[in-house]
Amino acid sequence: MTRSTRNRRLTTVVAGASIFALTLSACSGGDDDNGGTDADGNITLTVATFNDFGYTDELLKEYEDANPGVKIEHTRAAESGDARTNLTTRLAAGGDGLADIEGIEIDWMPELSQIPDAFADLEDPAVEGRWLGWKEDQGRTPDGKLIGYGTDIGPEAICYRADLFEAAGLPSDRESVAEFLGGADGTWEDYFEAGETFAAASDVPWFDSSVATLQGMIGQVEAAYEDPETGEPTDLASNTEVKAIYEQLLAASDTLSAGLTQWTPDWDNAFQNNGFATMLCPAWMQGPIEERSGGVTGWDIADVFPGGGGNWGGSFLTVPATGDHVEEATKLAQWLTAPEQQIKAFGNAGTFPSQIEAQDSEELQAATNEFFNEAPTGQIFSSRAKALDEIAQPFKGANYFAIHQTVQDAITRVDVDGSQDPQAAWDQAVSEVANLGF
Amino acid sequence: MAVLSPPKPAPDSQRTAKRIALNQRRGKWDVKLSPYLYISPFFILFAITGLFPLVYTAVVSVHQWHLLTGQGEFVGLQNYVDVFGQPNFWKSLRNTFSIFLLSSVPQVLIAIVLAALLDANIRAKTFWRMGVLLPYVVAPVAVGLIFGRLFADQYGLINEVLGYVGIEPVRWHADVLASHFAISTMVNFRWTGYNTLIFLAAMQAVPRELYEAAIIDGAGRLRQFVSVTIPQLRATIIFVVITSTIGGLQIFDEPRVFDPTGLGGADRQWMTITMFLYDIGWGNQKNFGRAAAVAWILFLIIIVIGMINFFITTKISSSDGAQAKAKARKNSRRAR
Repeated sequence: MTRSTRNRRLTTVVAGASIFALTLSACSGGDDDNGGTDADGNITLTVATFNDFGYTDELLKEYEDANPGVKIEHTRAAESGDARTNLTTRLAAGGDGLADIEGIEIDWMPELSQIPDAFADLEDPAVEGRWLGWKEDQGRTPDGKLIGYGTDIGPEAICYRADLFEAAGLPSDRESVAEFLGGADGTWEDYFEAGETFAAASDVPWFDSSVATLQGMIGQVEAAYEDPETGEPTDLASNTEVKAIYEQLLAASDTLSAGLTQWTPDWDNAFQNNGFATMLCPAWMQGPIEERSGGVTGWDIADVFPGGGGNWGGSFLTVPATGDHVEEATKLAQWLTAPEQQIKAFGNAGTFPSQIEAQDSEELQAATNEFFNEAPTGQIFSSRAKALDEIAQPFKGANYFAIHQTVQDAITRVDVDGSQDPQAAWDQAVSEVANLGF
Repeated sequence: MAVLSPPKPAPDSQRTAKRIALNQRRGKWDVKLSPYLYISPFFILFAITGLFPLVYTAVVSVHQWHLLTGQGEFVGLQNYVDVFGQPNFWKSLRNTFSIFLLSSVPQVLIAIVLAALLDANIRAKTFWRMGVLLPYVVAPVAVGLIFGRLFADQYGLINEVLGYVGIEPVRWHADVLASHFAISTMVNFRWTGYNTLIFLAAMQAVPRELYEAAIIDGAGRLRQFVSVTIPQLRATIIFVVITSTIGGLQIFDEPRVFDPTGLGGADRQWMTITMFLYDIGWGNQKNFGRAAAVAWILFLIIIVIGMINFFITTKISSSDGAQAKAKARKNSRRAR
């Protein structure tokens, strides 16, 4: 009798304790402390990317075969936003749980540059001169430390609807359109003037979104919102350069803009409804346009960009300094961003390579896009990428995106919402910047 | 094979006494300590996952704290002052309450009516009951995508339909109230079914004699619903109101996916407090100190609203509830 009760008590204690231990271990679970090295000295390298970098299992297998003892685990986040939150949260936690190689987008550089010590120095004679000069500079912190190996870039051209151009009685082939938009040394003024000519003969708006157009215009300003020397934000109220762009854009958008915000359902539908005739077109925009334009023919790409050149987006591979295999990871990152692999990635996912050698490769030069009326996209975008070498790259400090957001919001209030006039929207942006309280 | 057990030692009276004492002492501990041990896992887990973050957030909120570079100087209540000084904070507060009222009030009313219908004797009961829960299973982001298409400004389905009957298109993403209405619709779509089932469960626990008595007294369906069902549901209504208040004040998913930027519109027309918090902490500023201050302000607001809720609802339930009970008693006595 006593025995059985004692037993029962013991069982309850054991049961309780084990539940407890389980819950506790669940909290701390997931960390194997061997750092991805097994008994035979084989190592596992983890690679974290997002969207589609074009790194297929076959491509990674090539590296595994060439390097016995290395196993690669590739995780892909569906959206760059998820990857960004994951990366920043883990960096904030001291680097726990980061992959050996983390893919990042150019827009994250300003914030990551604030913690350069979290990333390994990737400087290596082997990669010297591998990338277009401006791309390599993007991968450096303001102090000049190379923390990112460039993967792809987003050189911008102009995508246009040849059928709508024709209907408006305008020349519609690629070369004439490039000329019509101002040619090699065309300006934004030329682009908007061409829009007025088009608008005189057509009811279709000239471009899709003023915010997207702003992206192209502000990307050519050397120091838009901050002083490159100190990194301090400049006063927006007295920022005549940005104000001039703002006014020029909104004056044009009054008659030329479709008043859409990119990536909204309205924007999606506009592709099906002749919503606009042209748009700024980074290399990666080809996919999204084709996805939304089922049944629409007439899209084409002109080898021209107002103001010289523009780059929108593009990614890098970084190696977090806290990883267990920094050296091996650097080696893998070097291999992945080598021209040979990046050409394969371009074939897999259409990510436009940032390596000089890859751009001159035959495979890339021969690439065309059937949907865009067989446009020689390889040639067009590599010519656009080289145009970027001639213009200065914008400085983006820690507060760039916070300030840029307020200007974007002001443009949306005028162009999309129609709730304010340009001056009122600008005044609100100025007071919002003051409220950020740097 | 027989085993000879060694002869039992002569009972040592002293030792037995000690043992009994020990047993008794253990028994006393058992009685005193065990209940606490049994409930301790919850409290220990709560301390780790609830209390610690709460206190830690308070610590963060009085420091300068950057998401990536970490802890900075101690600044006292400066973060709170900064938050109160931002117009976006007050806008987000206004939006949160507006969306909360537009969603919670209709939600509770519709849920009660739906539950009453499901409680009636209908065919294929389980089918309908599962049906109302279906929207709850759908991921909020998926709901956001679908409703985003319905509520699109230029080519949206709803504006199209409104156009047929000659109504001007509503600017769902530009107007403050229109955007709140659209977001509340998403919230209601998702949560009404859930609350319906809670009400339904409570309705089925209402003693059937009360209805019999009411019928004998000549009460119609509507009268039964108002005078028997609703008073009997009071405790459940309190529960649902409090939970939907807590949920409503923390609303995040639906307004965040209402446009691709996720900041609540160019004029922050539909930015809620949690979105404001997220934007400050994880957006462009990465100011953790201020984000923590917002979290604490939200916590205090929810506590205050919760208390007001509690007092109002207990007051109603004690006065009206007593009346209803007395009436019911009288009714049943008369029926006898």
